[in-house]
Amino acid sequence: MSQSQSTIDEIISKDYEHGFETLLEMDVIPRGLSEDVVRLISAKKNEPQWLLEWRLAAYRHWLTMTPPEWANVHYPAIDYQDMIYYAAPKSQKDGPKSLDEVDPELLKTYEKLGIPLHERAILAGVAVDAVFDSVSVATTFKDKLSEVGIVFCSFSEAVHTHPELIKQYLGSVVPVGDNFYAALNSAVFSDGSFCYIPPGVRCPMELSTYFRINAKNTGQFERTLIVADAGAYVSYLEGCTAPMRDENQLHAAVVELVAMEKAQIKYSTVQNWYPGDKEGKGGIYNFVTKRGDCRGDYAKISWTQVETGSAITWKYPSVVLKGDHSVGEFYSVALTNHRQQADTGTKMIHIGRNTKSTVVSKGISAGFGQQSYRGLVRVAKSAVGARNYTQCDSLLLGDKCQAHTFPYIEVKQPSATVEHEASTSRISEDQLFFCRQRGLSPEDAVSMIVNGFCKEVFKELPMEFAVEAQKLLGVSLEGSVG
Amino acid sequence: MLHIKDLTAEVDGKPILKGINLTVNAGEIHAVMGPNGSGKSTLASILAGRDGYEITGGSVMYQGKDLLDMPAEDRARDGVFLAFQYPVEIPGVSNIYLLKAAVNARRRHRGMQELDAMDFLSLVKEKVRFMEMDEKMLYRAVNEGFSGGEKKRNEILQMIMLEPTLALLDETDSGLDIDALKVVSKGVNSLRSPERAMILVTHYQRLLDYITPDYVHVLSAGRIIKSGGPELALELERQGYAWLTGDQKDAPSKGVAQ
Ligand SMILES: Nc1ncnc2c1ncn2[C@@H]1O[C@H](COP(=O)(O)OP(=O)(O)O)[C@@H](O)[C@H]1O
Ligand SMILES: [Mg+2]
Repeated sequence: MSQSQSTIDEIISKDYEHGFETLLEMDVIPRGLSEDVVRLISAKKNEPQWLLEWRLAAYRHWLTMTPPEWANVHYPAIDYQDMIYYAAPKSQKDGPKSLDEVDPELLKTYEKLGIPLHERAILAGVAVDAVFDSVSVATTFKDKLSEVGIVFCSFSEAVHTHPELIKQYLGSVVPVGDNFYAALNSAVFSDGSFCYIPPGVRCPMELSTYFRINAKNTGQFERTLIVADAGAYVSYLEGCTAPMRDENQLHAAVVELVAMEKAQIKYSTVQNWYPGDKEGKGGIYNFVTKRGDCRGDYAKISWTQVETGSAITWKYPSVVLKGDHSVGEFYSVALTNHRQQADTGTKMIHIGRNTKSTVVSKGISAGFGQQSYRGLVRVAKSAVGARNYTQCDSLLLGDKCQAHTFPYIEVKQPSATVEHEASTSRISEDQLFFCRQRGLSPEDAVSMIVNGFCKEVFKELPMEFAVEAQKLLGVSLEGSVG
Repeated sequence: MLHIKDLTAEVDGKPILKGINLTVNAGEIHAVMGPNGSGKSTLASILAGRDGYEITGGSVMYQGKDLLDMPAEDRARDGVFLAFQYPVEIPGVSNIYLLKAAVNARRRHRGMQELDAMDFLSLVKEKVRFMEMDEKMLYRAVNEGFSGGEKKRNEILQMIMLEPTLALLDETDSGLDIDALKVVSKGVNSLRSPERAMILVTHYQRLLDYITPDYVHVLSAGRIIKSGGPELALELERQGYAWLTGDQKDAPSKGVAQ
């Protein structure tokens, strides 16, 4: 056992690839949080009065709240006065520009990350909104999308160009006071993406946002809002990376999805924030609220996430199934290596009749990784004929990591069916030896076994993303076999 | 091709192999027989490079190289194949994926081009038919939910796909019904060639009815205590091992299979 253990240990230790820093002249506000800081952020974005009031209300509410303590993650208390709440490249002062005007240093950064922003160079059929620290620096294919009536732009821009949509939907899925981090985000959110698909329109390309934290000592608080009107369809991808730093950085995002009657939203995330070093120094605290609202009958929202980064992940992408026959899905691969901790899962709230939800969660723990699946399935009295299926599997590499499962099931409607299956397994010495005996390197063997374990989730990802996710998993596990 | 000299090995401080000497030349088939617990699987595992054994003495040369110095995957790529006594299951990984990864790892190592998807598929389908297996097996997870006999057939399928230079078969015959035994033997015999060598670890004469060995060795308590031709296996079948070991506890029906 000991020798294969060390093989596993080696494979789980490859280095973070996106840890570089871009040197730019930045517009940074002083550390600390107060009403004045909230006003300052709002002023920098030239926001209308109503939005400032909204932020201030959120801030005041936040002051009355305490951070959640029920999650199975451990970290020293965060000093919210010791953090910077707004940082933007100076060149970006006047808001998003056409690509030709974007700072070449920024374009280079995204190229290095494998996200070319020149439309010619882009993967065919993917429109990208690039968010760098607190601002969106570029959105591609905007014009092409607007031809079919789709709005896809940075949040800040949408506030000015589509105030009625923002006013109608902002905070309508995740209310200001939903939880500590959502309230904080509502007070200080900087930028993010906005997307509106008009009735009956099938979005002709994948939409994506690429989030990059660059500035030091800065929190990232982005806000994403996606509305699919009746019969619309959109597939949305989200990616994220950050430089390697010894200090922890807070990322507290809010994502709201609204699907009207017969609309479909497919939201995929590959989260690769800097996870900290092997001893657990540094890394991103990824405290994120993601929720989708199936507002109309036959609406469908699918969350697919591959979470390999971050020092700590606290995240429960959820679906509120209001419309009759609406469908919620959650497919998740979460990997914790070294000293990473993750408490992640989903909430499926069944309200409409014959609503259906599927949850497939694959947790991989290596090194000293700590992982918890936390899932709530709630069936209201009104949800006649509701069905849920939850499958929750954990894979352990090595004997120092841990996996936990916390399912919560609340059923008030007797006609509902709720199924929960869970399993825990390990990569065995026998499996590793078998693969090596067939000529595979230990790294390839672990990667193959882990990918096999995640197969059901990967098949839900758009093609290029699935390939990316597989590679990422291999890299994140490097050093875990030895 | 293979020279094992005075090989001694321990597990957790307990001596298991106590001085093995064995030379296998290209083109030969050697059967290794012996009572349960005598060290047959240990020998095969050590040759294939499994971790967890301490080699306390002796040497193993394979094609002029120090085999014990090579990581398991390099041995495999250099043509050493072990058909496992207990093949493992790998959930989520399809048989065909594993086969392709294995075949291409070996090809890369030999400086050959990887097989493209079409060529690989037609090759693997031909071999599957030869092993009288259902094509659907290719798309099932490796050994998951396979019967004992299916697992063994699957091992031989991998073997004929990989075309090893030195094949080690650890009790591939045990747990097989007569039809499966015939198919497995057909697979093994199809690989017989002047460039190849095989070591068959087996308990029973049964397999040797279908695959005639050139040499038979009896392993007992970590030593080869007798070697001979195919007739030795028949003798063992009649008399059990006790007449060789002089020990009543080594009667063929006793002991716990490893
Ligand atoms: N991993 C191990 N740990 C402890 N003892 C072992 C281990 N592997 C084999 N042995 C012991 O080594 C001896 C030989 O086992 P094995 O090689 O499996 O015999 P065979 O295949 O001839 O039946 C047995 O006594 C067995 O208990
Ligand atoms: Mg054995």
